[in-house]
Amino acid sequence: MSKARLMQGNEACAEGALAAGVRFFGGYPITPSTEIAEGMAKLLPQVGGKFVQMEDEIASMGVVLGASLAGKKALTASSGPGISLKQELIGYAAAAEIPVVIVNVQRVGPSTGQPTAPSQGDVMQARWGTHGDHPMIALSPWSVREAFDTAVMAVNYSERFRTPVILLMDEIVGHLREKVELPSAEEIEVYPRRQPDKTRAEGYQPYAPAEDLVPNIADFGQGYHIHVTGLIHDETGFPVGSPKVTREAIDRMHKKIDIARDEITHVEEYCMEDAEYAVVAFGGTARTAYEAVLAAREKGIKVGMVRLVTIWPFADKAIKALAAKVKGILVAELNYGQIVGEVERAAAGQCPVELCAKYDMTIFEPEEILEGIEDLVAGGNK
Amino acid sequence: MERSFEQYFRQNRLPHLWCPGCGNGIATKAIVQAIEKKGLDRDKTIIVSGIGCSSRASGYMDFDTLHTAHGRAIPFATGIKLANPELNVIVITGDGDCTAIGGNHFIHGCRRNVDLTVVLFNNNIYGMTGGQASPMTPTGKKATTAPYGAVDPTFDACRLAEAAGATYVARSTAYHVPHLTDMIAGGIENKGFSFIEAMVQCPTAFGRKNKMADPAKLMMWMRDNAVMKAAWDKLPEDKKTGDKFPIGLLYQDEGVDYATAYDHVIEVAGGAK
Amino acid sequence: MRKQIRLSGSGGQGVITAAIIYAEAAVAEGKEAVQSQSYGPEARGGASKSEVIIDDGPIYHPHVKTPDVVLAMTQKAADKYYGDLHEDGILVLDTDLVPEPPAFKNIVRVPITKIAIEQVGKSLFANIVALGVLTKIIGLVDLETVKTAVSHRVPPHTIEANMKALQLGYDAVK
Repeated sequence: MSKARLMQGNEACAEGALAAGVRFFGGYPITPSTEIAEGMAKLLPQVGGKFVQMEDEIASMGVVLGASLAGKKALTASSGPGISLKQELIGYAAAAEIPVVIVNVQRVGPSTGQPTAPSQGDVMQARWGTHGDHPMIALSPWSVREAFDTAVMAVNYSERFRTPVILLMDEIVGHLREKVELPSAEEIEVYPRRQPDKTRAEGYQPYAPAEDLVPNIADFGQGYHIHVTGLIHDETGFPVGSPKVTREAIDRMHKKIDIARDEITHVEEYCMEDAEYAVVAFGGTARTAYEAVLAAREKGIKVGMVRLVTIWPFADKAIKALAAKVKGILVAELNYGQIVGEVERAAAGQCPVELCAKYDMTIFEPEEILEGIEDLVAGGNK
Repeated sequence: MERSFEQYFRQNRLPHLWCPGCGNGIATKAIVQAIEKKGLDRDKTIIVSGIGCSSRASGYMDFDTLHTAHGRAIPFATGIKLANPELNVIVITGDGDCTAIGGNHFIHGCRRNVDLTVVLFNNNIYGMTGGQASPMTPTGKKATTAPYGAVDPTFDACRLAEAAGATYVARSTAYHVPHLTDMIAGGIENKGFSFIEAMVQCPTAFGRKNKMADPAKLMMWMRDNAVMKAAWDKLPEDKKTGDKFPIGLLYQDEGVDYATAYDHVIEVAGGAK
Repeated sequence: MRKQIRLSGSGGQGVITAAIIYAEAAVAEGKEAVQSQSYGPEARGGASKSEVIIDDGPIYHPHVKTPDVVLAMTQKAADKYYGDLHEDGILVLDTDLVPEPPAFKNIVRVPITKIAIEQVGKSLFANIVALGVLTKIIGLVDLETVKTAVSHRVPPHTIEANMKALQLGYDAVK
């Protein structure tokens, strides 16, 4: 038997997080993300880690932030209403710069919506769900293997940038089982917890940025006597009610991600060498979009696909370049139309951008996206 | 004269923002004196607070300190304790923070019996926001959101903690300082969820609305109405009336704390080193 | 070579487990496989449906389009899920639970649940009997590989009974 095995997306996500060094999980049961909690409940104590089922989604978010501050890489997972409840402390993690990964296995909303049905309707919530200005990193896998890989990436980014990272899965990939071969531990790069670069005597300030603008904040218990707060604070970590400190704090929070944007914004291209048209898709929908592209190619349409692995920060550069190259872009997403606005913004009128939307609790059929491609081509030839 | 408790404060963060006559400073000092009494390693002691007047205490205390979001101190503290059980974790919360917005976290913290020491500064009011009624504002007392007197019945946070599974429950007041310190020290000693209600006077937001704007009068009220547990137990039911309330160690129980219980899970799962 | 298989019945009959085991067996033989549960509106009313696609090359769109084989363990499932079968496809029915077979040219009727109750001892084994039936009919994955996959999934004390169920199902197809 080969190392290949049949594995579910949610299960692969749990395995990926574990491989990236996650040793703490706090969660609350909710469909369709529950298998991640169940996986962590089983796996974590096997490696000396801890799983705790909390009383609600807010507490789940609080407990993982506490664990992260005490030095453990931490994960939580939820869906739909649960993600809405977590928003308060996602903002806290952004403000206090606490590494944490939040998995959102998207389901149909708003509200209780369609609890077991697939959707990609939380794209904008991932970006703007918590109040106030804040940066966000969100990744979206399209396969079971990539659920593993993006879980590793999410944990690494959260540690490297000391920021919350959302792993924006969908029910399609979360509940899909497929053949997968996971990398060995040696093949996985793990970003270690950042450590203080000075002693207290040398004037250590927990929120003083390193060269990459990310602070090397001590873990609790290391003897640094740091103060962590959700109030706007200066380099000492203590709240300051001044316009200058407020502006600088919000600037740095954004800039630490912005300066690394090219590195963390991943897109994958398919059949793009000679493409005159492109489909932009992400997550489970990209699987169907790709089949539609192949079917269109059989009909002689020169179309390719650009798949967004990183949803936030948005792939402005790649989409701008794409729009300069092709005659038209079709955005296929399982919602009423969310990422299409970002594509339009980045395309900046260089080519038409059309939307292929679906929000009826079923996934796309390849024919539906193919039809969208054909309409796009027909529109372009008018 | 150097006073030994001063070493536990971040002198550069003082003076504090509490109003003249506020009881929060007394309760905060009682906490550090309990820490001193128990000889806790300051580098391994974490102070976690929520939001509100009480929760500003963490910023003045020279430890690793965490000022969380409103009501969420106990979940954060739970994460810290479970991630690193060698740390001593002390939570400072208020009546609104702990029993209203954080009520669910409070009862489940008790139920899990996580080894935390939770000190609730009960000033009977939302002070930071200017005097709104909390679940611990006595029925009939006035607040900006209860201009005709509070309609709601009140929580007895100690009985709530006991019923929910806390293994150490005590009450004291800002008037009974050495007693309050002892109650907190006892909570630190207990390996499990310890809850101490520290009654503190709020002359500004609570007192002024209720004809008790003089902090000394509020403290005299504590002196006159607090009854030591042993005496309270002997008191006939018909004497447990008016403003009288018991102070002291109200409840204690044996119980395995959560981190210890989880060590067993790790052992069964094969993750023990 | 792409095979598209749909297993349907009512919740509790274990068709999803059967689908997972079949996909696991296909993977064990080095094939590509995806397995999904559809949670569409059709999944309401206690109906349960799982789909497996097996191929030599990559599989992208995860849902079955034109099934080659449909298994139906209830009348309701049979009526609902045979419609898009490939014209040369095969409809496999539980003889007793689907008393009125739909009008389709290639039907294989096996008393799946009856075999499970009378020869293995419990209706619980019906899904493994069905798995044996499908293994024979599809002919893509070796019975021995399916046996191994079953033994990895079921509780150790039930392996013997499950092996018997699998074999009975396999042999029930003439």
